[in-house]
Amino acid sequence: MVGARTDALSKLQGAGRYALELEAVSRHFGALVALADINLTLESGERRAVLGSNGAGKTTLFNAITGDFPPTAGRIRLFGEDVTELPGHERIRRGLRRTYQISLLFDGLTVIDNVYLACRGIGRGRFSLRRPSDADPAMESAENLVSVVHLDDVRDQPVANLSHGQQRQLEIALALAGAPRLVLFDEPAAGLSPAERAELIEILQSMPEHIGYIIIEHDMDVALRVAQSVTMMHNGRVFKEGTPEEIENDPEVQQLYLGSAHG
Amino acid sequence: MDPSRIWTRVHPLQWLLIVLLLAYPGPASDFFTFQIGAYSLILGTIALSLMMLGGLGGMVSLAQLTVAGLAAYLVAIFGENSVGVLGLGWPWWVTCLVAVFIAAVFSAFVGAISVRTEGIYTIMITLAIAVAFFFLVRQNYVVFNGWTGFAGIEPPTLFGVYWRDPAPFYYLSLAVAAFFYWAVVYCSRSPFGLALQAIRDNPRRMHALGFNVAAHRVTAYFLAGIIAGTAGVLLAWFNGRISPGSVGVDVAIDILVIAVIGGMRHPVGPFAGAVVFVLLQNFAIDLIDRERFNTVIGLVFFLVVLFSPDGLLGIWSELRSRFQQSRQSRFHSRGSSGGSKTFDSVGASQSSH
Ligand SMILES: Nc1ncnc2c1ncn2[C@@H]1O[C@H](COP(=O)(O)OP(=O)(O)OP(=O)(O)O)[C@@H](O)[C@H]1O
Ligand SMILES: [Mg+2]
Repeated sequence: MVGARTDALSKLQGAGRYALELEAVSRHFGALVALADINLTLESGERRAVLGSNGAGKTTLFNAITGDFPPTAGRIRLFGEDVTELPGHERIRRGLRRTYQISLLFDGLTVIDNVYLACRGIGRGRFSLRRPSDADPAMESAENLVSVVHLDDVRDQPVANLSHGQQRQLEIALALAGAPRLVLFDEPAAGLSPAERAELIEILQSMPEHIGYIIIEHDMDVALRVAQSVTMMHNGRVFKEGTPEEIENDPEVQQLYLGSAHG
Repeated sequence: MDPSRIWTRVHPLQWLLIVLLLAYPGPASDFFTFQIGAYSLILGTIALSLMMLGGLGGMVSLAQLTVAGLAAYLVAIFGENSVGVLGLGWPWWVTCLVAVFIAAVFSAFVGAISVRTEGIYTIMITLAIAVAFFFLVRQNYVVFNGWTGFAGIEPPTLFGVYWRDPAPFYYLSLAVAAFFYWAVVYCSRSPFGLALQAIRDNPRRMHALGFNVAAHRVTAYFLAGIIAGTAGVLLAWFNGRISPGSVGVDVAIDILVIAVIGGMRHPVGPFAGAVVFVLLQNFAIDLIDRERFNTVIGLVFFLVVLFSPDGLLGIWSELRSRFQQSRQSRFHSRGSSGGSKTFDSVGASQSSH
């Protein structure tokens, strides 16, 4: 009895400690090794930036975590639970969210319907055939999220009519729906105007503290302002890990970054 | 757009349509009531089930007629027929319920088989199922009575009405069609309906929002199976018989042709397509000889696909937006929001009064 209890307790504590644990995760595409033997842990509420040149495997890392393209080897634990064998939507229901580097939205639906579905995806009644009532809590949180990302003006517009920047904002709204615990942002700032960038940083900084995230970001200035720790990737491997200052001042990183910038 | 404007703009037309549909058997001859009216409604309902899968869910299935055909066979098998094979003589309502339910389960099974395929592969797999079913019923004499099939299928006589008489049968078909039409319009704005459209637009993102895409697709097939199965029961009563010829590949493709001619963006499309199809089927003889029906329908199909990918619906909304634009520019030159009515905006207009 007591043994089982402490067991469960330590499991609970373990679950509180890490939001994400990757153990020797690899992903091959045919002969191409996109991810090689990645070990990575993220504490609950931790905010991490992932840097790396084009083709370093950053997006593939996200795809492995969410199950879009499951790893070919290794284990993934989410909040202490092994989710390696779980389908993507089950991982989402456990508090994981993501945005996509290239917006994946529902072009035929309006902005509010897009967000409403996102709010509905993690709740009950996904198969309901009844129209939502005015008091539907999912609709309420959808309205809130639309405001958070400043899309009230285009609330009822089909997504196809939105500008690039607005689509990027919507990407973020979809990832913040429900009660996320860990969000993966894949280059959310790409293609945004300076003003939109500032807004994005504001949204990220105002996220509740218990929500951790990993953000892929090429712009060092953005990355370093919103992250507490940095992982550098290169050729499908973790190249360096550390605080933003450590990474910025690391001679190897500088060489790699400058080298690739000039090459 | 101001919802109240949609109200006043759309409704008189809708009311007119409702009145016309209800009054139709009055002036119409028996032939027009039964062979044209009721038959269009039945084919339209089967095509509606395809519209639901294809238009809302992005899954074009060629097996919807097969689902209807299965229900028709089951009516003959569980109910009564005149060929002396099976005909278990169950009460009509038990027969109908069981037939529709089994047809819907079969439809869900078709969905489960094709759920991991996309686009042309879905069409091919469902076509293969339609072909397999055709050969099964043609070769199996124990259950399906092979080549001959079943005859002598009768609707019940209820409330003193013989439901196969032209006017009663027309109203029965109209009631079924109207109910499913309403159901599709209504449910398209429900969480499930929205999810289905979102899966059509982007299945991968739906996974990333926590939706079980495969389960939604199979459920959509099940619901579409209820629609097609119910239409299948009507089809059996309409013809009084069911045989392999009614579930052949040519007929399965007719359903696709109807849905495409009418347009798959809104549930009204399949019915518009069915009316055009049935009229052509009956009167192409007068234009050119009977053998040329397929040429005529093929030509119409070709023209529609070429000039309006959204079928007759697309032509209609195009005309309307032109008309509105010319009217609006006469008053004041405020930009209209497109004018082409998508399915979603129609649904929204229904919900906002
Ligand atoms: N679905 C796929 N099929 C085949 N190869 C893939 C696939 N996805 C990624 N790759 C390959 O894996 C490698 C890593 O790609 P990935 O998209 O993860 O890079 P990235 O770090 O996100 O780069 P970027 O900064 O350009 O977004 C690349 O060589 C890419 O071509
Ligand atoms: Mg990438």
